[in-house]
Amino acid sequence: MNTLTTIIKPKKTFSLRDFRELWNYRELLYFFTWRDLKVRYKQTVIGAAWAILQPFITMVIFTLFFGTLAKMPSDGIPYPIFVYTGLLFWQFFSSSLSDTSNVLIANQSIITKVYFPRLILPISGVITKFVDFLIASIILAGLMIYFGFIPHISGLLIIPILLIITFMASVGTGLFLASINVKYRDIRYALPYFIQMLLFLTPVIYPASIAGKYSWILALNPMTGVIQSARAALLGTTPINWVLLSISFSTCLIILIIGIMYFKKVERYFADIL
Amino acid sequence: MNIEPIIKARNIGKKYKIRHNLGGYVALRDVIMTIIKSPFRFAKDKIKSITGIKTKEEFWALKDVSFDIFPGEVVGIIGRNGAGKSTLLKILTGITPPTTGEIHLHGRVASLLEVGTGFHPELTGRENIFLNGAILGMTRKEIAKNFDSIVEFAEISKFLDTPVKYYSSGMYVRLAFSVSAHMEPDILLVDEVLAVGDAEFQKKCLGKMEEVTRKQGRTILFVSHNMAAIQSLCKKCILIEKGSIKNIGNTEDIVNQYLSGNAKEGTEKIWPEEKRPGNDIASLISTRLINREGKTISYAYSDKEIGIEIVHEVKKPGYMPIPNVHVFTNKAEYAFISHADYNENLDKVGIYKSTAWIPANILNNSTYIIGIAVSTMIPLQVHLYEREAIIFQVIEDIDNAKKYDYNQKIPGVVRPKLEWSYE
Repeated sequence: MNTLTTIIKPKKTFSLRDFRELWNYRELLYFFTWRDLKVRYKQTVIGAAWAILQPFITMVIFTLFFGTLAKMPSDGIPYPIFVYTGLLFWQFFSSSLSDTSNVLIANQSIITKVYFPRLILPISGVITKFVDFLIASIILAGLMIYFGFIPHISGLLIIPILLIITFMASVGTGLFLASINVKYRDIRYALPYFIQMLLFLTPVIYPASIAGKYSWILALNPMTGVIQSARAALLGTTPINWVLLSISFSTCLIILIIGIMYFKKVERYFADIL
Repeated sequence: MNIEPIIKARNIGKKYKIRHNLGGYVALRDVIMTIIKSPFRFAKDKIKSITGIKTKEEFWALKDVSFDIFPGEVVGIIGRNGAGKSTLLKILTGITPPTTGEIHLHGRVASLLEVGTGFHPELTGRENIFLNGAILGMTRKEIAKNFDSIVEFAEISKFLDTPVKYYSSGMYVRLAFSVSAHMEPDILLVDEVLAVGDAEFQKKCLGKMEEVTRKQGRTILFVSHNMAAIQSLCKKCILIEKGSIKNIGNTEDIVNQYLSGNAKEGTEKIWPEEKRPGNDIASLISTRLINREGKTISYAYSDKEIGIEIVHEVKKPGYMPIPNVHVFTNKAEYAFISHADYNENLDKVGIYKSTAWIPANILNNSTYIIGIAVSTMIPLQVHLYEREAIIFQVIEDIDNAKKYDYNQKIPGVVRPKLEWSYE
């Protein structure tokens, strides 16, 4: 018998083998992502345009109320582009977070019937949201051209780092919530409210500078660093705050590791509880 | 012969904690409310459970299960509901880990616990073939290679690009099974999946499974309640009872053992007054298997008459309750039904003893299960139905057996002695 051997025994928490396993199942990851994208753009009549319209309309409304009427400061750049940059990252974060935390319940019927590394599900969910992010970025490019902003090359290089931080923050928190969600099903009702509150605790519609000497409180929120840096990089509002960024990065890395550890720890019970 | 087993399971155990009054999951809200309402009791309970004073209720769904399966074997797993069959299968597939023990599987494993896992109603038949295939563990190449034969087997080529939400349930099941049937693993684990679809399709599926097992020499573990399917597919069986392996052996013996174990007590039953099956119109007092001399027998000869004695009580007049017997084969298929003649004397309140005589040379040498019912025929009302009242074995009479090779079991539900004429 030359083929592979599987050994099933009582499960321990995660090891390097898990990563190899994830890699072996990459094709399934592809199919889950493909399914999510396909279904999403099939169900809605306007299809992919939805990914653009959603942040665009939010931007228009925010601009109208916060920018024009409430005269919200925006670090000296036009409010539409200011708020859109924030919204872009915020939406990637919040939709990934809510998707990840519901992923186990949503795929309950598959989880209880077939084995595959469960981590594939949240990862594929985030990839789907990333596609949305890319589509929505088209508007940002349009706005930048319209308002005449030319991003620095260094600024563009920093974007992937920001995306990684956002990914870590949303998946880390999401995995943690997903694991609890299996046992306590009311998490999913509390979560939208929680995310809505978080929007106001993140400098999306206002600049972090508005908090004055209390802005360090905002800095505790990793998304603050991401959005601040995105604006700094793309719009040149302020110099990039590397300290803030590294703090965000480390915090999110820790969140991600805790999230994965906890997820792996309770993973073995999923099929029994669901 | 020195072949390595393809599946080697050692001391597999699975422990579940029993949680009362909880439907699987709880609301965090309730937990918080408990803490707020009675913080002391909550703390006390917590401490008790941590220190081990309050023992959690646990039960072993599986305990000390060990077996070897060799390459190319098709093995049936049988047992009652809740015996642990499905848990075993879930552990073998990796869906849930065992609490103790170890399993070594050599080769690619695929499981079929349900047909159509992951089917998405919005996606077309074509898309679902790929998605479902990937979920079942096929590579894209394998799916593409088998695509035409999947479509052909499912007979849905016309609707390939229609979302499956518009499919009839028959089409849906056909497509789902077809994808599963084209998996090419070394080890295939199958749960009660053939219970879906119409009879004709079930037959087709069984045929496909047989073809697959014979042609490709795949190793299959097959869980089912359908004894006919088990017997036609598997040579070897594992009988699981209350989480442990009761026996492993050839299918015929194990199925017999399982079915005889199913009937509660042999060939005579007397119910205590408060436990008699029935209602306020009629109830069953006792039943037994007898011979012409009126003696209780524990097995029957194929060339002798077999009597099924039923003692029942009629408690209310006006319903004309009539006793009837239901004879099943050991595959739980109906052999035949017989009921007493319509008789006005049976309507009076009182206790009746009736006997149904199965003529000699009707039953085959096999195990039979007798169900007893008492019912009103017009309008139909079943007062009692004892499904496995009697279970017994019919054995070949020795004289007859000498006439031919006794080892050859003659197939058939019944084996009537027919009159033959020669010209």
